Amino acid sequence: MTTPKLTEVSYQIRRFDPERDAAPHWEVYRIPYAPGMTVLEGLWKVKELRSPTLAWRSSCRMGVCGSCGMLINGKPRLACNTQIAELESETVVVAPLPNFDIVRDLVPELAPMFATHQALMPYVIREDVEEREHPTNEFYQSAHELEHYLQFTYCIKCGCCMAACPTFATDALYSGPMPLGQAHRYNSDTRDGGFAARKQVLADEPGPWRCHYAGECSRVCPKGVDPAKAIQLMKRELVLDYLRLHKKKCPAKVAVKPTEAKRRDNIPEAPPRTV
Amino acid sequence: MMRDQKLWTWHLAAGVVILFFLGMHMTVMHLNTVVVLKGLNPAGGHPIDWTNVVARARSGFFMVTYVVLLGAALFHGLYGLRNILFELDPARWLKRAISGLLLGGGLGLFVIGTWAAIVARSM
Amino acid sequence: MLESKGHPNRLGIWGWLGGGRWGAERYLYTLHRLTGLGLLAYFLLHIIVTSSRALGQARWTQAMGAVSGPLFKVGEYLVFLAFAFHAINGIRLGIIELGFGVGKPIEPVYPYRTSLDVQRPIAIGVLVLAAVLVVMGTLNFWVLE
Repeated sequence: MTTPKLTEVSYQIRRFDPERDAAPHWEVYRIPYAPGMTVLEGLWKVKELRSPTLAWRSSCRMGVCGSCGMLINGKPRLACNTQIAELESETVVVAPLPNFDIVRDLVPELAPMFATHQALMPYVIREDVEEREHPTNEFYQSAHELEHYLQFTYCIKCGCCMAACPTFATDALYSGPMPLGQAHRYNSDTRDGGFAARKQVLADEPGPWRCHYAGECSRVCPKGVDPAKAIQLMKRELVLDYLRLHKKKCPAKVAVKPTEAKRRDNIPEAPPRTV
Repeated sequence: MMRDQKLWTWHLAAGVVILFFLGMHMTVMHLNTVVVLKGLNPAGGHPIDWTNVVARARSGFFMVTYVVLLGAALFHGLYGLRNILFELDPARWLKRAISGLLLGGGLGLFVIGTWAAIVARSM
Repeated sequence: MLESKGHPNRLGIWGWLGGGRWGAERYLYTLHRLTGLGLLAYFLLHIIVTSSRALGQARWTQAMGAVSGPLFKVGEYLVFLAFAFHAINGIRLGIIELGFGVGKPIEPVYPYRTSLDVQRPIAIGVLVLAAVLVVMGTLNFWVLE
């Protein structure tokens, strides 16, 4: 690489203070750069050295909590998961995630997304409520069955997919990639029997029908969850359901402790349950 | 409730129908010198020459495929347009007006096209 | 949907066109939408114009005369191009939107391989097929006819 060694970097940040500003505006800050610095560390430097009022959300610093999703050089990403060096630019352009209202500076209003998420019932639904609430044992599920939904469980609800989605850019009624992906995660869980309940929402306008596979959600997902894949798989299930070809799933049964087996003497007893 | 699940499935099914019939229509009309299909332009010359038009119009096969293509393409196209308009997030009353307008317009054009296909058969 | 007191920040129609992040499938999505609208506009007029055949040869010739000339010929050629893309890309969308060609759910291991990578050969095949149709149509429109 022939690029000169960076010692300083410019941060161009979209600022908005609801108490003072009528509309967001851009501010530029120069900060010292050290190799290996992430965009999030740069924001801390801006706050420390240039503008103490700068606001954003972040917590874990390691791509797990999903708080620091923002628009970095034109692409929704996690600030903690993005090295300044990988942007290959001397200017780091940071704006709040689009398609969400701005609370302040880089803080997006994610509450509507979580309301949609909740409306799609992202939890195991079963008829045997008593067993679900007060489990006596685990449910049977093979490793193969786990693979049907495991990928979608890695979602950290950062909202990057929603910010990248072209449909969500105009249509507030569309559920969006995150809630739809999570609905499919539970629909394809063999322990769950909630397909019919979720269909009440999914079969109508907020459902996957507004997805036309532009693929941006999967392209920007920092966890490789691939919401676009989940949405297409969900469409297949709903089309099969309309054609009455959808296989009705019997939720997995509660595992039964083997009664015939004999315990070997050299295996100690399990410690008492903690939960 | 459940409207888009139904409409979208039909949208896809209509797409498959269009793929075959519009593919045939385009081959007859615009690939007539590259892909020569004599029976479809029986009089030779340009596909829209009157003799060819009459020859196709008299065929029962063409009449049926025209009407099926007309219905499928109207539904596919107008549902697609409705999707695009709905994605602009219009007010509820406007959505209802759009649906009504597209349904009315679509049915009107379907009647005109079907009438033409039936009347032209006895030419 | 919860009411928010924040400052609105939806990308709007600019978001349909890319919003700054262009991927191959995003181009195909935009093009599919534009060609669809173009085809629909043509189709609605086409129904009315061609229905004139039911009124006899004189009206048919008159209607065909009204839509002839180099401008309409270019227009018709554009419709053919739109058809070639929309039809062939439609096959891809039909396959993908029914959950085929996107791959099975996998454990995400960095660097992530998404459904976009899995369906990419179909996207390339679509473009090649559409190009073949376009070449055939171009020959027919401007060379052989």
